[in-house]
Amino acid sequence: MKLNGNGDRRSLLRFTTAGSVDDGKSTLIGRLLYDSKSIFEDQMEHLEQSSRRLGKEETDLSLLTDGLRAEREQGITIDVAYRYFATPERKFIIADTPGHIQYTRNMVTGASTADLAVILVDARKGVLEQTIRHSFIASLLDIRHIVFCINKMDLVDFSESVFKDIRTDLAGVADKLEIEDPHYIPISAKKGDNVVEPSGNMGWYKGKTFLRFIETVEINKSKNGVSPRFPVQTVIRPQSSEHHDYRGYAGRVAGGTFRPGDEVVVLPSMLRSSINSINVYQKNVNEASSGDSVAITLNDQIDAGRGSLFVPPDEMPVSSNEINLMACWFNETPLRPNGRYIVRNYSCEANCSIKSVNYKMDINSLEKNFNDSLLTMNDIAHLTITTSRPLFFDPYKENHITGSLILVDETTNETVAAGMITE
Amino acid sequence: MNINNEHLKELENEAIFVMREVAAQFERKVILFSGGKDSIVLVHLAKKAFWPARMPFSLLHIDTGHNFEETLKFRDNLASELGVELLVRYVQDSIDKGRVTEEQGVNASRNKAQSVTLLDAIEELKIDVAVGGGRRDEEKARAKERFFSHRNEFGQWDPKNQRPELWNIFNGRKNMGEHFRVFPISNWTELDVWQYIMSERILLPSLYYTHKRKIFKRNDVFLAWAPFMKLKPTEEVFETEVRCRTIGDITCTGVTLSAAQTLEEIVSEIAATRVTERGGRYDDKRSEAAMEDRKREGYF
Ligand SMILES: Nc1nc2c(ncn2[C@@H]2O[C@H](COP(=O)(O)OP(=O)(O)OP(=O)(O)O)[C@@H](O)[C@H]2O)c(=O)[nH]1
Ligand SMILES: [Mg+2]
Repeated sequence: MKLNGNGDRRSLLRFTTAGSVDDGKSTLIGRLLYDSKSIFEDQMEHLEQSSRRLGKEETDLSLLTDGLRAEREQGITIDVAYRYFATPERKFIIADTPGHIQYTRNMVTGASTADLAVILVDARKGVLEQTIRHSFIASLLDIRHIVFCINKMDLVDFSESVFKDIRTDLAGVADKLEIEDPHYIPISAKKGDNVVEPSGNMGWYKGKTFLRFIETVEINKSKNGVSPRFPVQTVIRPQSSEHHDYRGYAGRVAGGTFRPGDEVVVLPSMLRSSINSINVYQKNVNEASSGDSVAITLNDQIDAGRGSLFVPPDEMPVSSNEINLMACWFNETPLRPNGRYIVRNYSCEANCSIKSVNYKMDINSLEKNFNDSLLTMNDIAHLTITTSRPLFFDPYKENHITGSLILVDETTNETVAAGMITE
Repeated sequence: MNINNEHLKELENEAIFVMREVAAQFERKVILFSGGKDSIVLVHLAKKAFWPARMPFSLLHIDTGHNFEETLKFRDNLASELGVELLVRYVQDSIDKGRVTEEQGVNASRNKAQSVTLLDAIEELKIDVAVGGGRRDEEKARAKERFFSHRNEFGQWDPKNQRPELWNIFNGRKNMGEHFRVFPISNWTELDVWQYIMSERILLPSLYYTHKRKIFKRNDVFLAWAPFMKLKPTEEVFETEVRCRTIGDITCTGVTLSAAQTLEEIVSEIAATRVTERGGRYDDKRSEAAMEDRKREGYF
């Protein structure tokens, strides 16, 4: 992650929508882009045409992100759509995700790279199971900034008491999930109230509009800043006469800062060396920090390749062949309790088997259920896996890159689960 | 400009990361090279990602036969300068072999036929990954695409059943006969691409800069004229100052009336524009889900 000169205000913010089906996520994104004049003329023309074709009375702004044929037919979002826009303050990458429970895996896909989540609630319906599920997923993914938008205020007469009641319920959820500093904004995505312009209908609300909020929220320096981590993706060996002895370890810094001269331990071989140079294309640079794609050369010829991790000798990650994690299950085929899977943790791959399902989360109560170990699609559970060889990792809360993993089914090759390492 | 450079750096880091994942996870790798700015940017990123080694990709051009002469020269020069293998497969060959039939009439385009030639090339050359310059901001079906996009044994995309893609962990595992399309610049906008070209001083075919050209107007879009193109009686060819915002098959590439001579001028023109670049692509105007349908069949 990158900071600009003004401290913690980043110039690029990635955010995701979340919340139950039909709560107005796609309409909010459409409204945001429309009112901030970010929709192009031909896109607008297209939206108007499609709305007419679908028999709508007015232009349906949700069609801006609901771009698949099936989505337009059914009026729901099926997969994440990415949209881009900029204001003088910031650039935004938006992931508009589906609310339908069947497509939770796509919501997790969109949310996994977000700095901020906007969770919508229909003012008429209040907090629903999906609201809680998505809030829970956002907190598991450790998305640091959560803003709840209480939407469709136009359908409840812009009532302050409706807003306050829902806010109280949401605060209870946020509390249980240990969400820090949640925000609440009453909006009408359809009419535009408090999206870009302050609402004339809700004089009682004194806070920021949604746009103002996402423009000004300080995205904290990610914790990926703590311990230096460098996962190797591939080895660059030109074998040309000019660069005959060059051996660069290509990768993207996954935490902290590396400098030429730094001592490193290369995992899993545990061999020590020091950094000779850090290359960004033809340039040698003085340092590489979290997020930088570079090539590193070492002062010793040692065994390292894809899956290796460079770390400082005094800040070693955890090493174990038993890993505890919170997992979101994505596949129609339930978890096979004694099944074998492939685990991918950064560039490192191993075989694994499921040792135990420790507990399953009951979404409505947010309680742990220790008596149910059948993990089916969209379930969230705490697992222990055993890997074929020790892996090197950090808890997810400390490092989102070395602390995250996916499980892949050996026969179908599908990604069946996302995992966040707990310890 | 400070803010912009910082976000360009982040986009570049991301794209290089994706390129390197491709290098590590696949065997027979190609960059789909059309001669347009996005594929030129891809090649530039690949050059940076593997320096000082040669990029581990061949360039694959699916040639519709309806090219701007200059892009072919540009393509050949680029390949030889980089020392990478250039593979060209011709839509005309697919037509001659009866793999596809040529569309007829004034709106005839070889756009759809390209998918067949591409899939045949993928099979013939045993390609397991094709890296493309598709961007999510281009079109509403593209906005749904993953970085690593799985294709079944028929080369088809199933937008309703895409693999989850968590964080930056890309799962490129597949069965025999399947392949992947990978889009390293998924998160770039048109403006990002131009700003990047400007900041990296990337060489482009001069078609992107304002020049004199014979054009005509069809369905509110200015199209470049070429001798093989069929005109409607009402359509009139005239010469004026234009530049291309995208370059593809001549028959569906709209041109922009413009006076922009330098990258700086192009960047300010793009920053102020009120229509998307595909607003000038005739192929997308065919139906509501034209792009989705083509992509399902195996299009770029
Ligand atoms: N009256 C009113 N209707 C709204 C508002 N926001 C959204 N809607 C309507 O609610 C319906 C669902 O909106 P969408 O934006 O598609 O909902 P969504 O949350 O994106 O739904 P999924 O993506 O399928 O989960 C549409 O008919 C919208 O027009 C609002 O503020 N007021
Ligand atoms: Mg939606």
